[in-house]
Amino acid sequence: MKALMFGWEFPPHILGGLGTASYGMTRGMAMQPDLDIVFVIPKPCGDEDQSFLQIVGACNVPIVWHDVDFDYVQKRIGKYADPQKYYDYRNHIYADFSYRYVNDLGCMEFSGRYPDNLLEEINNYSIVAGVIARTESFDVIHAHDWLTYPAGIHSKMVSGKPLVIHVHATDYDRSRGNVNPGVYEIEKNGMDNADHIITVSDLTRSTVIEKYHQSPFKVTTVHNAVEPLSPDILAIQDKKGVKDKVITFLGRITMQKGPEYFVEAAAKVLAKAPDARFIMAGSGDMMDKMIRLAAARDISDRFHFTGFMKGKQVYEVLKASDVYVMPSVSEPFGISPLEAMQCGVPSIISKQSGCAEILRHAIKVDYWDIEAMADAMYAIITYPAMHKFLKEEGKKEVDNIKWEYAGLKVRRIYDQVIHR
Amino acid sequence: MKTICFYFQLHQPFRLKRYRFFDIGNDHYYYDDFQNEEIVRQIAERCYVPANRTLLEMIRSGAGRFKAAFSISGTALEQMEIYTPEVIDGFRELAKTGNVEFLTETYAHSLSSLGDQEEFKAQVKLHQNKIYNLFGVSPKVFRNTELIYSDEISDIVYKMGFKGMLTEGAKHVLGWKSPNYVYTSIVQPQLKLLLKNDRFSEDISIRFHNYSWSEYPLTADKYMSWIASAPEEEQIINLFMNYDVLGSFHPAESGIFEFFKALPRYAEANGLNFSLPSEVFALLKPAGPVSVPYPMSWVDEEKDCSSWLGNILQQEAFGKITMISERVRLIEDRRIKQDWNYLQSSDHFYYMNTKHPGEKGFSPYDNPYEAFNNYMNVLSDFIYRVNAQYPSSIENEELNSLLTTIKNQGEEIVALHQEVERLKKKKARNAAVAHN
Repeated sequence: MKALMFGWEFPPHILGGLGTASYGMTRGMAMQPDLDIVFVIPKPCGDEDQSFLQIVGACNVPIVWHDVDFDYVQKRIGKYADPQKYYDYRNHIYADFSYRYVNDLGCMEFSGRYPDNLLEEINNYSIVAGVIARTESFDVIHAHDWLTYPAGIHSKMVSGKPLVIHVHATDYDRSRGNVNPGVYEIEKNGMDNADHIITVSDLTRSTVIEKYHQSPFKVTTVHNAVEPLSPDILAIQDKKGVKDKVITFLGRITMQKGPEYFVEAAAKVLAKAPDARFIMAGSGDMMDKMIRLAAARDISDRFHFTGFMKGKQVYEVLKASDVYVMPSVSEPFGISPLEAMQCGVPSIISKQSGCAEILRHAIKVDYWDIEAMADAMYAIITYPAMHKFLKEEGKKEVDNIKWEYAGLKVRRIYDQVIHR
Repeated sequence: MKTICFYFQLHQPFRLKRYRFFDIGNDHYYYDDFQNEEIVRQIAERCYVPANRTLLEMIRSGAGRFKAAFSISGTALEQMEIYTPEVIDGFRELAKTGNVEFLTETYAHSLSSLGDQEEFKAQVKLHQNKIYNLFGVSPKVFRNTELIYSDEISDIVYKMGFKGMLTEGAKHVLGWKSPNYVYTSIVQPQLKLLLKNDRFSEDISIRFHNYSWSEYPLTADKYMSWIASAPEEEQIINLFMNYDVLGSFHPAESGIFEFFKALPRYAEANGLNFSLPSEVFALLKPAGPVSVPYPMSWVDEEKDCSSWLGNILQQEAFGKITMISERVRLIEDRRIKQDWNYLQSSDHFYYMNTKHPGEKGFSPYDNPYEAFNNYMNVLSDFIYRVNAQYPSSIENEELNSLLTTIKNQGEEIVALHQEVERLKKKKARNAAVAHN
């Protein structure tokens, strides 16, 4: 069986959780010996891991016929893909796009990020998808998140193959209810045209059913999992220079992540346990507001902002932490508490996050319940047995949440839509 | 002739209210009165009151001379006194018939038998007094919290003057032996033991209204004929269960009350009778000793103590209260004493167990972590109050001797005062005599 997947990010160059989830999911699915995956992203960097799937960069697929010789193609895009592929794609150009801005190979440019002209880039992406769908042979189409839904729909129209869309987040999560009508339209359109919808949690599933009016029968939850940590990350030492207990928030400092609840809870804990320290790692549009809030609560001497963290830095912060807190207001899944638990850090998560559905050895509180959150923080830093138990049991639990199992669930959905 | 020994356990803890860490040092009242009242009233209405009535009816009817033993924890008695005194009256009436025996246990249904020996003894004493005050009888037979038993515990119990004790007939302890005999403790051969018959007890307590059970529905006729068909030499069948079985575990609609009412008649028909534990101990000869090096209980498949002390959360919490128990005993403050009892109930530890993921059981908490967190917050405040009584820098031994000195000096002062008074009077009298 062969699956044509559309994604937006792929490690190592990622901007959010979508890339991590796409990678883990495809990796878990690739363990099935009879499944091949072609993964399309807007702009590959050439250092992606292609050992278990084939990456196609939309920016290397021609949409306008240019007469270029093999050596030139080899020189230009040889490090991303097989040049022969370029000619295969060129043979399947389906309309005259010469009015579009293209480069010397007849390809469009993509940023591969989330630029201001995102809607235009999404549209371009689906034009390219038409060429790819005509060239490749495959049995099922799988589109990750709303940016790729138009491409998925287009491919379905061209090939007649079933479309599975994977909802990693909805605009309701990102905006606390104030949805962007343009984004909603794309999302709704994708869901309406899909043969099956995969959601990352039951929370998201109910959003899809209630807010996007989908039939419950075609929506299935496949919870995310985590990749095992690599040995060099496990070897990171705790570099904490102080004996104080450290409580950490890690993520984008935006409305969705509920940072203000973390600050308020911190103020309550510090009133009783003056030797705790709080870290807010990450950046975002609410960061300045949070700095002011911490100052207003008079806890700035114990409340530290680190700014944006990437790669290994994230794990260095986790390893130095005694408690990890994710007070998200609405989190479709939330992979970071799982990563914290892999590092042996007890986690407090909001009941409004998808991962709360599968985690047992994490403390769950309502995001608005600052008292309960403060109480849980206090308990973990004050009662050693609590810390030890959550640390050990949490690690055991999270080590058993594997992408391989998630991959099998997706496979069952493929089988179901293909044999309908 | 075979005899049946019925024993019912009754217990209600003082459940704790939501106690946040910022309450530590500010709020010294720990209990969720609303919830406790609701639960006790509800269970009394569904179970205790109708069950007492049923048992009284069974005894009065005279058929088969029905008898039963009860072990009611001190915390349950206290709550029934406050919220449902009619249940206490029901037990008084049962006590008057003479066909009911009350057993002693730890006052708070605590785990002190696994922790501090002195504390254990003190709690048993306290419970004995409570039973005497309420029902006018002094219990002779001991029953530990949830039938927890080990050789070590049997030693303490015997030394406290008990001649008999009730416990579990766990498979891993008995092996090929049958629970249907009287046994003795291997360390104290004078202490006789009654062991629970698992199969027959659980037929009623667990399987009675299980529709998928092949023997459903269980009738008194069938049940008594099973018991009667046990081997001839086996003389005693011990049916130990929670009182909640009547009306709460099995609702009245399941026919549990009617089932019980019919038991004495069919017992008579099958040539069986009923006995109280103390009667059994007086009548029957022990078959031999049992050895239980590790504590066992009547809970779960494992029949051990892992439900209360299985994970490190429970061990830490229990370790903390065991550590301060000596200090608490030196304190006279009545409120501290009272809280101390309530906080020791085994239930608080049971709520922290992680053996049955996803199952809430009787826990008022969402999950074990919340249970632990709440309990530890309360305990922190309690320890803070204990330390406020006497500085923690003084060792217990030193403190004890200081307190003794103060007490002795106090007594001495009183004695000297009396002496002075006496001499003064004598002097006055002498003066009066001289004057005359």
